[in-house]
Amino acid sequence: MLKNFFPYKILNIKNKNFNTLLILMLAVVFVGTVYGLFISPPDQIQGDSVRIMYVHVPASFLSLGLFGILGAISVLNLIFKIKILPYIGKSIAPIGFVFTLVSILTGSLWGKPTWGVWWAWDARLTSMLVLLIFYLTYILIWKFVENFNTANTINCFVAIVGSFNIPVIKYSVDWWNTLHQTSSITLTSAPTIHYSMLVPLVIMILGLFLYSLVIFLMRYKTELIKLKMNKKNKKIN
Amino acid sequence: MLTRKAKSRINLLLVLFITFGLVIFFIFKSLEDNLVYFFSPTEINNKMDISYKKKIRVGGLVKENSINKEETSINFIITDLKNEIIVFYSGSIPNLFSEGKGVVAEGRLKDKKLLIADKIIAKHDENYMPPEVTEALENNK
Repeated sequence: MLKNFFPYKILNIKNKNFNTLLILMLAVVFVGTVYGLFISPPDQIQGDSVRIMYVHVPASFLSLGLFGILGAISVLNLIFKIKILPYIGKSIAPIGFVFTLVSILTGSLWGKPTWGVWWAWDARLTSMLVLLIFYLTYILIWKFVENFNTANTINCFVAIVGSFNIPVIKYSVDWWNTLHQTSSITLTSAPTIHYSMLVPLVIMILGLFLYSLVIFLMRYKTELIKLKMNKKNKKIN
Repeated sequence: MLTRKAKSRINLLLVLFITFGLVIFFIFKSLEDNLVYFFSPTEINNKMDISYKKKIRVGGLVKENSINKEETSINFIITDLKNEIIVFYSGSIPNLFSEGKGVVAEGRLKDKKLLIADKIIAKHDENYMPPEVTEALENNK
């Protein structure tokens, strides 16, 4: 599977294939947005603010998932020293960071009309803030540590340590009393969201996943081109 | 397939993982009381070391028919279906505050059955349902 991420494969992706992915992503997000905003019903208690969920849940889901990937590739990176892995991590991190921010901001917008407060220091919200800080640290280390190998090693540990936070975020609502509600979609029991709201949610999760993929491919390709240029410059000098 | 170096790195990482995981586990275990956002009435009832000076949050359901509204103040009962706590509060209440729904009250305990709150937060559960479906369900009862 990793072979698909090797430079020659990525740099050879035809623009046509990439554009197909881009159009597919836009179509899915469009359908999800229209469904979420106009077709799905308001909630019996929350009213129309339930629609914030269609962005909040996919963003949270992806921010956790992407950091999980960051942790996994960091482990592989430390053990096998595969050269492309740092570039994959470097390309993923900003996407996850933005999704974490979106998750916190939309959650805040939802919290005010629902709970009556913008923010609460409960376990779920606080652990999500910790995730944001980990993403930020990871990005800033890539930016400000000049030696590539040093930055890479530090960031592997940042990502691995930060990964311990992922199950904490996921299960915080089950382990401790939190203001945040427990998950509505679980593997073990039927979802507690009515299907008319579940459909747009699933479409949006797919849409934002495709969005992550598109942005990742763009960023990763840029990283690889930069790398190629650097090598060429070195040869000339 | 694995070189000896890679194998030793795997072992090192495994040891680090287990150590780090345990450390986190114990930290969380010892912080338990600070990690919960609120206590249920039963937890308050069973708690030995309650501070009556510090602020505390109590959460549960608003008991049916327990809300007493006066001009500027309100009192109601928080229940977890086993134990109950009476809450006195004056101030604005969130829109979603209603009987039978989740609530968190922040304030100081007078005794184990009485809380003087200075903040009320509504809690939403994990159920999402359009109003028509709820109506249909209630008509079928």
